[in-house]
Amino acid sequence: MSEFISYLESHWDDLLELGIAHALVVAVSVAIATVIGVALGIATYRTERPRELVLAITGFFLTIPSLALFGLLISPLGLGWPPVAVALVMYALLPIVRNTVVGLREVDPAIVESAQGMGMGRARRLLRIELPLAWPVIMTGMRVSTVIVVGIAAIGAYVNGPGLGEDIFRGLRRIGNPETALNLVLGGLLGIVVLAILFDLVYVLLSRLTTSRGIR
Amino acid sequence: MTIKIRLENLTKRFPGEREPAVDSLSMEIPEGEIVILVGPSGCGKTTTMKLINRLIEPTSGRIFLEDEDVTKVDPDGLRRRIGYVIQQIGLFPHMTIYENIATVPKLLGWNRAQISARVDELLTTIGMDPATYRSRYPKELSGGQRQRVGVARAMSADPDVMLMDEPFGAIDPITRDRLQNEFLRIQSEIKKTIVFVTHDIDEAIKMGDRIAILRDHSHIAQYDTPEAILVDPADDFVAEFIGRGAGLKRLNLSRVNDIEMSECATVQAGADRDEVRRALGETDRCVLVLDEQRRPRRWVNADHLELVGGRSLTEIGLPADAVVRPYSTLSDTLNEMLVADYATAIVVGDDGVYQGVIDIDTINEAVRGMRAAERSRLADRLGEGG
Ligand SMILES: Nc1ncnc2c1ncn2[C@@H]1O[C@H](COP(=O)(O)OP(=O)(O)OP(=O)(O)O)[C@@H](O)[C@H]1O
Ligand SMILES: [Mg+2]
Repeated sequence: MSEFISYLESHWDDLLELGIAHALVVAVSVAIATVIGVALGIATYRTERPRELVLAITGFFLTIPSLALFGLLISPLGLGWPPVAVALVMYALLPIVRNTVVGLREVDPAIVESAQGMGMGRARRLLRIELPLAWPVIMTGMRVSTVIVVGIAAIGAYVNGPGLGEDIFRGLRRIGNPETALNLVLGGLLGIVVLAILFDLVYVLLSRLTTSRGIR
Repeated sequence: MTIKIRLENLTKRFPGEREPAVDSLSMEIPEGEIVILVGPSGCGKTTTMKLINRLIEPTSGRIFLEDEDVTKVDPDGLRRRIGYVIQQIGLFPHMTIYENIATVPKLLGWNRAQISARVDELLTTIGMDPATYRSRYPKELSGGQRQRVGVARAMSADPDVMLMDEPFGAIDPITRDRLQNEFLRIQSEIKKTIVFVTHDIDEAIKMGDRIAILRDHSHIAQYDTPEAILVDPADDFVAEFIGRGAGLKRLNLSRVNDIEMSECATVQAGADRDEVRRALGETDRCVLVLDEQRRPRRWVNADHLELVGGRSLTEIGLPADAVVRPYSTLSDTLNEMLVADYATAIVVGDDGVYQGVIDIDTINEAVRGMRAAERSRLADRLGEGG
């Protein structure tokens, strides 16, 4: 235990650097997934068939084992950031699409109708009424996606992706020196746990800031 | 009489339904009047109302607003000209009261100062202090307040026409009554053309200048003034819908300021016994004790004076609690009288200042007068017909 602590003391700057890269790839992926996912949700929440199709496809993404997906993406996208980001976006989609659809469908029809009755057009209604009301639910989807993706991102190191996975994989490979190997793996895992907690804090803050007091 | 809204053979058949929800409805709505659509649940009231602002597109037929055919114009533009209160109020929960009321003025491109002034004006009109309520959210209001904000929001851009679908629906009878009176007071100043839906015939009689009683498919059973409908229901359906007690209902049609008030003897709260006796001397009954602001406090008669020697006038006698306003209906007035200790209703102004009294004889007189007037009007009409 004390050795792990001294390992952390001597390697914290490496860990910090990897942690930042990890956070970055997660944040970028979830942001892209949010744009795509919310757009898909908006496009399909009112029509049953397309909605079921989109949910089935994004659901299917989530069932692909991550190692297999990363491996498959090497040939079109090469190594490093691109395959990792693409895979993470694919994994992040389902919770966001699903919650967008649920959030929009849960908006009280009477409220939408009164907006329409006052002369708000379709786009304005969506932007000013429906999305703000669905927003807390969409945020929850983003939060779930983030938790999923923080873990999976570590496996991105398999295709030379950025982040804490690098330490974990190095540790797992260096079977010969169990001491260092264990420290590397533990250090990476600790970093991921801390990141997950930090992301959650950010979400709490973000939802405070972006959700109207009237619906909290 | 100018016609504001004209519906011509308006029909709505929902996809997949065998029977039309609204079947060839033709109707004229005069400018500046409250027209009530009333009828049993499911008869098509809400559908009819939504056809007027084209929230529901008609299957056939035409809608005219001041001679302009609006059946095919841009619906969003049309809706900004028509105030609309939906059955479930539908305030935007994520917006403040200010933002809710400002919705249509913003859509119409008013500037900030105009909007702000308008919102404050409306909040004041509906009796809600702007400073207190502007930045509240709907969930921070009571049901009655929400209902009022719903009405204010519909009035925000000062539309000539307002559609109100059971605007005072889900609230307790006392608040409801207050909101109705308040709304009638506002309407007497703004004189909008209002289509008002309710399924409550009493509300229809109280609020309507004209009532359309609808049966299924929005077929008009009778479209006339409340008086005419009460005196002369067109058929059994209408008669049954009005229900028993049409005579009592007529008391809902007249207000205190429609009839002659009487005076009663009054004294100031600080008056001495002799003064009271002198006042009593003029009458064999009671005197009304008023405070410095001339607000009624107690009824006092000779016996009270004898019994309780030294106490002040505001502590003896009977409480003066049957208090009505000039715009209270005779039905409310009668009700007050029946539950009060002393069977006379006291009329006060909005400031609470004593104006006069009404007793049972006054009401009796008024009803007799009303009946005579209606009979002669009816005779006239039958005369024209034959
Ligand atoms: N979107 C719709 N699709 C199919 N039928 C409908 C639709 N909306 C209303 N209806 C039917 O049209 C008829 C009239 O409905 P409407 O809502 O106008 O009644 P209403 O008089 O307002 O009743 P209530 O007093 O209960 O509000 C009903 O039979 C209803 O089932
Ligand atoms: Mg209805």
